[in-house]
Amino acid sequence: MIQFEDTVRLAIDECLARGVDYADARWIDEESERVLVKDGKVEGIVSSHSKGIGIRILWKGAWGFAGVAETDKDSVRRAVARAFEIARASATAVVQPARLAPCDPVVAEYSTAFKIDPFQVPLEEKLSLLLDADQAMRQAAPVRVTQGHFACRREEKVFASTEGAFITQHLLETGAGIEATAVEGSEVQMRAYPSSHGGDWAKKGYELVQEMDLVRNASQIAEEAHQLLSARQCPPKQTTLVIGGAQMALQVHESCGHPIELDRVLGTEAGYAGTSFLTPDKLGGFRYGSPAVNIFADATVEGGLGTFGFDDEGVPAQRIPIVKEGIFSGYLTSRETAAQIGLERSGGAMRADGWSRIPLIRMTNINLEPGDWSLEEMLSEVKEGLFLDFNKSWSIDDKRLNFQFGTQLAREIVNGELGDLVKNVTYTGITPDFWCSCDAVGDKSLWHVWGVPNCGKGEPVQTARVGHGTSPARFRNVRVGLMK
Amino acid sequence: MTSRQLYPQDQLWDAAERILSSAESDQTEVVIGAHRSELTRIANSTIHQNTSEQQAEASVRLVIGKKVGCAAGNSLEADALDELVRKAREITLLQPDNPDFVSLPDAEHAVSVNAFDEQLAECSPAQRADMARVIIEAARRRDLNAFGSVSTEAASVMVANSLGVRAYHDLTHGRLTALISGETSSGWGECLSWRLDGLDCETAAETAVAKALQGENPVELEPGDYPVILEPPAVSDMLMFLAYVGLGATALQEGTSFMQEGMGQKVADEKITLWDDGLDARGIPMPFDYEGVPKQKVVFLEAGVAKDVVYDSYTAHRVGRKSTGHAFVAPNPYGPFPSHLFLSPGDSTQSEMIAGVERGLLVTRFHYTNIVHPKLTVITGMTRDGTFLIEDGKIRGGVKNLRFTQSILSALQRVSMIGSEGKLAEVCWAPALKIDSFHFSGATQF
Repeated sequence: MIQFEDTVRLAIDECLARGVDYADARWIDEESERVLVKDGKVEGIVSSHSKGIGIRILWKGAWGFAGVAETDKDSVRRAVARAFEIARASATAVVQPARLAPCDPVVAEYSTAFKIDPFQVPLEEKLSLLLDADQAMRQAAPVRVTQGHFACRREEKVFASTEGAFITQHLLETGAGIEATAVEGSEVQMRAYPSSHGGDWAKKGYELVQEMDLVRNASQIAEEAHQLLSARQCPPKQTTLVIGGAQMALQVHESCGHPIELDRVLGTEAGYAGTSFLTPDKLGGFRYGSPAVNIFADATVEGGLGTFGFDDEGVPAQRIPIVKEGIFSGYLTSRETAAQIGLERSGGAMRADGWSRIPLIRMTNINLEPGDWSLEEMLSEVKEGLFLDFNKSWSIDDKRLNFQFGTQLAREIVNGELGDLVKNVTYTGITPDFWCSCDAVGDKSLWHVWGVPNCGKGEPVQTARVGHGTSPARFRNVRVGLMK
Repeated sequence: MTSRQLYPQDQLWDAAERILSSAESDQTEVVIGAHRSELTRIANSTIHQNTSEQQAEASVRLVIGKKVGCAAGNSLEADALDELVRKAREITLLQPDNPDFVSLPDAEHAVSVNAFDEQLAECSPAQRADMARVIIEAARRRDLNAFGSVSTEAASVMVANSLGVRAYHDLTHGRLTALISGETSSGWGECLSWRLDGLDCETAAETAVAKALQGENPVELEPGDYPVILEPPAVSDMLMFLAYVGLGATALQEGTSFMQEGMGQKVADEKITLWDDGLDARGIPMPFDYEGVPKQKVVFLEAGVAKDVVYDSYTAHRVGRKSTGHAFVAPNPYGPFPSHLFLSPGDSTQSEMIAGVERGLLVTRFHYTNIVHPKLTVITGMTRDGTFLIEDGKIRGGVKNLRFTQSILSALQRVSMIGSEGKLAEVCWAPALKIDSFHFSGATQF
């Protein structure tokens, strides 16, 4: 590790010599492994390795950034020169110079806690697990496509700043999932386990995959995918929804996680992903949801995919209240945006997708706090409604108000009991109206921190790995059945 | 310095040959991509992000019998390349046979196509700042706010395999976006080109300003079925999703593409002809794919009739065909994809299209489009940055943004007019379309 520490120190020394307002450097060495199985065969096994350094400079209130893969002294010096040249160009079109909220520079080290190193688990064992799950799906029902994947990622990161911070982090992530697709005529139905869009992920080791028990759960999703082919089409109507935890993770992600990113709120993503309806005048008084709704941004929760020791500005991980008893109470922030709205310090949400990208405000673990309802209690009060889970499609407007989501799984609720499957269910709403219609949130026993490994944001697009602690929740008078 | 200077062609070939000669496999493939990408972002009429990144990445695919393994890394140092080969071999030997795998592609000659503009490759941070200031000033002159970005990239792609494939291509890629915002409205303009002189910041900025001004104080419109004119960015977005759900061989072979039943059938209006052509300079040309196979022109819809899909070597071998040159870097469970789409233009001006609408909408672009049902080609998304009400053949003003939930093929069956001029957006060159009925399923508050 010594040579990389030297590389980072060299970058900071070069920045200081140029008289910058502020600079930081991140050296990252990232290793990943992916195993893909499809239709009973190995689709691919790939090992990837990437390393490099990213240098961010603030000069006369303007930002410049350069990332390079080569980390010899000459390359690092050239990268600093490029970042400085870019900052000078930025300074020609700056109205309000950037100012950073204070942050105590720390010298620290942080490691993800895990039990079993996924890189050390024999490849044969991972393949065998996925192929067994694949076979179980195929044996259970006549499905057309079966898929399974395993992935793990290790990130060694050294951060230093001109303020004196020097932080080393050793981060580890693991994920896995399976999916069955049934096809008949013009109908296509999918079911995934433990969740769609990449399965489930966590800042854990291989123990996460062992806990999933993919093989035992394979037959059920294959059967459901097949049964959905002949299920009744969801008719358009207003109804009560009980939404399962995996879909609630997506609901929280899109309708709460993104609109509380303060850079979006202040317009810096307007040219690409959009802005937010949660403008600063709403902070502390706006009714975002019903009193049953309590949401925290928690970068400290054990095993959460959005858990870390320090963000990419050297700010320690924190737990921040976002919605308290339905009232909008907090943002995800950076040092620059915190200063812009008069906060004393950053909430520590700046993260970059590797060494080659600048840090942006990203979700940590955005968690809907558990309520005190069992699933049976939630269902028992529903005379007619739908139970939905596992996301299939998702779309939301550029202020995060009008959303429309579809789920893989939907069952009728009749007189408090789960009934027949229905297919192609979509539901829609306006974010605060929807959350205000929430009258029950599942209890702690139903609560799980889901890992979402593919959150996109920024230009060039950066992928963040984030978490969402959720349990099932109930919503009244929701419009469903939009597909024409 | 451009990527071409940072990573000279000889260095990339040396790296590839080192891998090919040391692999100890039945077949070996190397893909090396080197790039320098720079981006200047504008928000609130200021440059707020300004970045540069450069690297070269090597991907190795080894074949031993029917076993296939991959490894990738971003160092071209000899030790790192040797380690890449060792890792790929270790992975390959550990896995069971894939009976569907036949072979890597044989060598074929790919025509050379110029897609490299020295001026764009050399574009400096100061030049990008100049372009950004044009957008900012256009907004300031009308008391509006500017957002957007200017990006430039110089890249080299090299593919080599042990069967004799040796393919190399330099390209440049530039994109400029202008989002101009007022109190109650916003407008959009964009350019995408491999040439620096194709990034017309004045026109993009003025287009966005005009839309923002014309859309001020938008009115609410009841969701429902309306005639609609989709401008090129919206058409491109829609066609990209059609490609994603139905124009690749994997979706066809798995039965999830509309092409399974639709091949040879009339699935769109006869005015619709849609194809992929990697050599057409109106796009960002690329003469071969990531297996080194020369790109073939593939016609998907001809006069509304479904004709074909794109293939890579894996999906082509399954059905005894040749790859059409649309592979991505292995492993790729999604299969081949068309990334140079073209829709045939018509003979209508936008004014003529608007004049032909009694009561309907003009849509500048879509936002956050996603698939609701792949085989029925149903997508949903929002309108954004310029949605206008047309009454009696005239634009009456802005409307608040609407959500659409619509089958793409159904929309293409109702095309009554096609614009005479096209524009490149993302991976698709397309003209505007007048569609006689388009389903808007919801509305938002702005």
